[in-house]
Amino acid sequence: MKPAPFEYLAPDSLSSTLEILAENGDEAKLLAGGQSLIPAMNFRLVQPTVLVDLNRLSDLAYIKRGNSGDMLIGSLTRHHQLEKDPQVRNHLPLIHEAMPLIAHPQIRNRGTIGGSLAHADPAAELPVLLVALDGRIRMRNRSGERWVEAKDFFQGIFTTALADDEIIVEISIPRMPNGTGYSFVEFARRKGDYALLGVAVLITLDAKAVCRQARIVYLNAGETPVIAQSAAGLLLNEERSENLLEAVAKDAEKELSLTGNIHASVPYLRHLSRVLTIRALNKAFDRATQSA
Amino acid sequence: MTSKYPVSLKVNGRAFNREVEPRMLLSDFLRHELKLTGTHVGCEQGVCGACTVLLDGLPVRSCIMLAVQADGHTIQTVEGLATTDANNQLQMHPLQVAFWEAHGLQCGFCTPGFLMTLVSFLQEKQNPTEEEIREAISGNLCRCTGYQHIVDAALLAAEKMKPLTE
Repeated sequence: MKPAPFEYLAPDSLSSTLEILAENGDEAKLLAGGQSLIPAMNFRLVQPTVLVDLNRLSDLAYIKRGNSGDMLIGSLTRHHQLEKDPQVRNHLPLIHEAMPLIAHPQIRNRGTIGGSLAHADPAAELPVLLVALDGRIRMRNRSGERWVEAKDFFQGIFTTALADDEIIVEISIPRMPNGTGYSFVEFARRKGDYALLGVAVLITLDAKAVCRQARIVYLNAGETPVIAQSAAGLLLNEERSENLLEAVAKDAEKELSLTGNIHASVPYLRHLSRVLTIRALNKAFDRATQSA
Repeated sequence: MTSKYPVSLKVNGRAFNREVEPRMLLSDFLRHELKLTGTHVGCEQGVCGACTVLLDGLPVRSCIMLAVQADGHTIQTVEGLATTDANNQLQMHPLQVAFWEAHGLQCGFCTPGFLMTLVSFLQEKQNPTEEEIREAISGNLCRCTGYQHIVDAALLAAEKMKPLTE
């Protein structure tokens, strides 16, 4: 047996899950797709006293349109569903583009959006995508619910705004404004590995091809998804030019906390950030031009 | 603390009922409880893909799933690929034949994982490109073949698995 012993509970309703969490607090660990948690338990890095398996809460697996045109995604929706769903392809093309980059098919068949967000790995794609898209996260405990903006949800490495007695139930993502181009690019040493660096870009152009909104968010460049605020600001009220994109990429680099590792030195990561940023900006501008 | 939980599931079409500790991994359950040792255990941390089985038809890594989570579900392992013909002889799956013919294995340790990953992929995709095959097997490690013969085997299997009507 690899994991240390634990008490196993598999509630079949959200209300009983919330009761368990209210009573067990920080003793309990929630098990969704388990693609990060169970490896950590196999290493005994994580030894929960009570393991609450959420996989019977099938009501929490859905992708649908909300009343205001937002896309609503249940927290137990698996990566595989997000990857294949036609609504995601049509209305959340940024997510559709990034899904095949998340690990491997076997992992995507199990992993869930809620699990990825709650795990808050700085090298994970979904937190970055949700921050880029101005997503919101709905959390519940026994006494009620609250919404948190994605950008406020991630507080550090593996650290989120989620309290011990709370569970993520839903993710809401607004429609992209008309004239918006998107892109997500990352670089990993092998297909499906955690990326050395990645970046999501959203660019909104008006009818005269002037940039009206811009968002640049980095993966694996800090403790949480990193929003390059001032770099994105350089794009506002400007038209696309090679010099501008160079300047944006250079500015963004200042906001990244790049730490070298066995796979890449800091100068290499710095170079990579410029290459990926310009690549992502070009792709987003191309798409924005097409849709404007 | 170590109380046992009931697990009822179907593996390769056969129903099984067992009581296990909740911390037992699905891979260990298949190998130790059901004696289905065709599912190989490599890294036991969800990296190598050797332990891939089908859960309700989709490939998953059995070393990072608990056996109790398979309760009420259907599992297919490499032992379930071959079929029995009219003379009660075991017939290898076309994918297995293709691995044999194209030399898609050497030591064979990773092979069950590759087979279970590819059988699901080829059912979904009838005319895969080499690139698509490489992407499909990106979560499976092989230290012998250099992958080329596995890709060749998958292309050959795709031919063999095409419906006869075409």
